[in-house]
Amino acid sequence: MPVYAKNRQIVVPGELIAETNRYEVEGKIYRKNKKIYSKVLGVVFIDEEKRNIRVLPLKGKYIPNEGDIVIGKVIEVGLTNWTVDINSPYLAVLQVTEVFSKPTQISRTELSKILDVGDIIIAKVISFDYTRDPLLTIKESRLGKVSRGIIVEIPPSKVPRIIGKKGSMVNMLKNMLDVEIVIGKNGRVVVIGKDPAKEEIAVLAIKKIEREAHTSGLTDRVKAFIEEKLKELGEKS
Amino acid sequence: MKKEGIRLFNDEGKRTDGRYPNEIRPVRIEAGVLKNADGSAYIELGNNKILVAVYGPHEAVPKYIAEPDKAVIRCKYSMAPFSVSDRKSPQPSRREIELSKVIREALEPAIFLNEYPRTMIDVFIEVLEADGGTRTASITAASVALADAGISMKDLVTAIAVGKAEGKLIVDLNGLEDQYGEGDMPIAIMPQYNEVTLFQADGIFTPEEIEEAFRLASEAIKKLYNEQKKALKKKYEEVIKEVNQTE
Repeated sequence: MPVYAKNRQIVVPGELIAETNRYEVEGKIYRKNKKIYSKVLGVVFIDEEKRNIRVLPLKGKYIPNEGDIVIGKVIEVGLTNWTVDINSPYLAVLQVTEVFSKPTQISRTELSKILDVGDIIIAKVISFDYTRDPLLTIKESRLGKVSRGIIVEIPPSKVPRIIGKKGSMVNMLKNMLDVEIVIGKNGRVVVIGKDPAKEEIAVLAIKKIEREAHTSGLTDRVKAFIEEKLKELGEKS
Repeated sequence: MKKEGIRLFNDEGKRTDGRYPNEIRPVRIEAGVLKNADGSAYIELGNNKILVAVYGPHEAVPKYIAEPDKAVIRCKYSMAPFSVSDRKSPQPSRREIELSKVIREALEPAIFLNEYPRTMIDVFIEVLEADGGTRTASITAASVALADAGISMKDLVTAIAVGKAEGKLIVDLNGLEDQYGEGDMPIAIMPQYNEVTLFQADGIFTPEEIEEAFRLASEAIKKLYNEQKKALKKKYEEVIKEVNQTE
């Protein structure tokens, strides 16, 4: 019962990956007649030690999941709620009760003073079950409105690459460039730094990670890339 | 049906464009050609030039067409006014509306629609130049565009037409053969899944001919399927190559 795909191979929908039950298989796959096929245009990761095969998509829309941190944009102010675009097929809803911890009485005009159309928020998905639109909260710490910084949009499937193994990639960016980075599961990344030039390098680095997400040895290449850019920056000033 | 004085084969048994009966026209497929669409593809099959853009899955508009348990597909096939030798009116014709439906139904079985409830997937097919067999080329390109958009699918869909001219079966009809031949049979297949998603026939075929047509079609579809796969992987494999070179 062989495995047909190689590690890090790019597969198209319907491509045969394996015919085996000795591996644990997860991700975007489907089974037919005991054979395992890919569902998407993606990359196969095979871990021989853990006996695990994963198929990760290269593109695709964000599907909300309970507990995800997302970065949204307010697109409508309602009577008791805000409608938020979270870069997904489903529009999210932020209720007034999920903004204040105490019961409050406010009118519609006041609602737009707190969050207005076009505001960017960091929020958490509290519930989603496909039958109703996802609900958001900003009551917890580190959630809420983003007042400065740069937003980068990447395919949501590449978010794990930006984070790296146990946060190695994002921590490297943070330390090397002295910036704060918030990553939304929906593929939006906020970069906040004191130095605009360094902010820009961080954005370029994220774009590089996105483009080369399916290759190996990425962390080292990104490190070299940032060092080079920082040197250029040093020469200029 | 046969018109006097028009020959679709020469003395050597070759067709009007120099092909053998079981030969398809030169094909070129490219994926991800449009930046603003979620997925896109461009196909050149002989003189056919077709551009496909896929948007979604996104919120269903108007809202009442949303299905509670699956995504709906909206497919629009349209021919550019300059796609044929006489100017084509830009208004959607009866034929275009019918083809939109036929193409949608050929694509639907390949997509995991229940993964995206209450949403909608838009498929826009724009024929820039037409020379016979646009519906099959459109299906081939549209499935590449859907995969390029990252939509979950059982398989790609690949399509080709088999027809009859002067009593002989021919694969991948061009405009002339479509017009003066004795029959046209577009076939769409999911090559790995081995299921037929579209089968139409215009003209008179014997059961043996239909069987033979399927055999010819699956041969041609194998070639097209490889092109589809190559097109989808190309963009990402180029990055891998580039990275390996710099190291």
